[in-house]
Amino acid sequence: MFLLKLLLKNAFRHKLRAALTVTGIAIAILAFGMLRTVVDAWYVGVEASSATRLVTRNSISIIFPLPLSYNEKIRQVEGVKAVSYGSWFGGTYISEKNFIPAFAVEAKTYLRMFPELMLPPDQEEAFMADRKGCFVGQKIAKRFGWKIGDTITLKGNIYPGNWEFVLRGIYKGKYKSTPEDQFRFHWDYLNETLKKTVPRRADQIGFYMIEVKKPELAAPVAVKIDSMFKNSLAETITETEKAFQLGFIAMTEAIVMAIKMVSYVVIIIIMAVAANTMAMTARERIGEHAVLKTLGFGAPYIVLLVFGESLVVSAVGTFLGIILTYPAAGVFADKLGDWFPVFNVSQRTIYMDIAAGVVVGLTAAVFPSWRAVRLRIADGLRRIG
Amino acid sequence: MEQSSRPVVEIKGLSKSYMRGSQAVPVLQDITFDIMEGEFIALMGPSGSGKSTLLNLIAGLDKADSGSVIVGGVDITGLTETDLASWRASNVGFIFQFYNLIPVLTALENVVLPLLLTRLSKKERINHAVTALSVVGLGDRMDHYPSQLSGGQQQRVAIARAVVTDPAIIVADEPTGDLDRVSAGDVLNLMDRLNRESGKTIIMVTHDPRAAEKAHVLRHLEKGVLTDVSS
Repeated sequence: MFLLKLLLKNAFRHKLRAALTVTGIAIAILAFGMLRTVVDAWYVGVEASSATRLVTRNSISIIFPLPLSYNEKIRQVEGVKAVSYGSWFGGTYISEKNFIPAFAVEAKTYLRMFPELMLPPDQEEAFMADRKGCFVGQKIAKRFGWKIGDTITLKGNIYPGNWEFVLRGIYKGKYKSTPEDQFRFHWDYLNETLKKTVPRRADQIGFYMIEVKKPELAAPVAVKIDSMFKNSLAETITETEKAFQLGFIAMTEAIVMAIKMVSYVVIIIIMAVAANTMAMTARERIGEHAVLKTLGFGAPYIVLLVFGESLVVSAVGTFLGIILTYPAAGVFADKLGDWFPVFNVSQRTIYMDIAAGVVVGLTAAVFPSWRAVRLRIADGLRRIG
Repeated sequence: MEQSSRPVVEIKGLSKSYMRGSQAVPVLQDITFDIMEGEFIALMGPSGSGKSTLLNLIAGLDKADSGSVIVGGVDITGLTETDLASWRASNVGFIFQFYNLIPVLTALENVVLPLLLTRLSKKERINHAVTALSVVGLGDRMDHYPSQLSGGQQQRVAIARAVVTDPAIIVADEPTGDLDRVSAGDVLNLMDRLNRESGKTIIMVTHDPRAAEKAHVLRHLEKGVLTDVSS
């Protein structure tokens, strides 16, 4: 207890230096936490994936379509519980900067397969009854001030032209990781319009979503589906929803990797700053360490004091950094909600913050404590005066 | 309390040199003498004569190149660093020229410090420290930090810290070197009392002839060699 009191007093003896070091560590932990949250936000689709859902797409690329006729064939594969399908629509609202993640989906099967999109029953009914109907996440509705019954016009990118929809439902995400920025409308509406405008693009879909009866059937069902369409004009690749999402992320892996690297570099930099501070502190304490050794305090006590002091400073900085991460993430989510629809500071990020803080505290104390232990008492006492 | 004829410290053939670059500079050469139990000895000599080095070797703060230092029957030159640390904690009290108190601890906490290495309870540690501070006349300054005390008072706290574990030997390196005349007198009187009333063996390095007057034995060092003994 006495030594704890001593190391606490020592930690804040140089108030300005301690404050600057604590601030530096807090900012580094804040930056680290934010960068890790960005990485998590990148993987949010993966986290929201279900183990019983598969995605089938064209084996050449996601941008190549599949025939609608595959629907019935896939439905008959043993182990398949339900099949839905859809196409990526994209689109912008009012101006190019308002990108909308819109999908045309086979509504009846889709809503059953994705219970995490919680749509009130009356709104679901209204949506199902209206061919031009759409439903959106509450986040995107709030962003654009959309209300039930509003007519929304999207400008199509993949399917050019202005597309009109009537907002029939606003869903809430069941889990924290469920994106609430999505836009869904009837695939039939898209298909019928294409039949009139670009008939060669009609009756084609972007992907099938397959629900299997139990997770362990995912692999055999995927193999079975792909083998069914082998040597056809549109060969398929069937993978779990998670693998499908990871495939998307793989396209931007370099960015994710760069963010991860920067997050570690931030910690390494603050490690060097903290180590420098501890080295200065330990140099100032040479005389005191010599006195403690003279009085009979052995190396373990000296190491405890140096490490303890370093860990106290690091712990305070880490605590402040973690506290600041929450409001900072709130501001970040508010400003960059378009790009990161789910931006939550996860428990894992907090654990990583704590681990980074401990590593900074421990690393910063290694060299100063080694020097303090090696210090010859006579040399240390000579420094005083 | 009378001094006995039993040697408490036996120094035999002690030599020590420091390396300056690649050259060995001898500091102590073949020093041999005994210090009796309860003796108050002053080591004198010009700067660089090796007196502080000799004191450090007797107190187990440094290692000799050759020779032995036997304190209370224990050859401390053969002890490991860890054993030396615990030996110092229970056998030697230290008084330094610049007091060497821990600035973030109060007078009481500074005196409690060496007792942390004992088996005493917290209450017993505080009681011992309060008694030691009362003995040196600082019973009313226990909660003061070193920066709130005068030089003389700080040195008295250092003396309380040196005696609180009740060591047999007290080593003092220029204990009055940083004090004014009055404070130096107080400190010397205190050390004299500790020697006479408590029978502590005191080994003091000093330049100050007034301080040396308090000692029973004066030993002079010149260029690392004992030159003179006077009582």
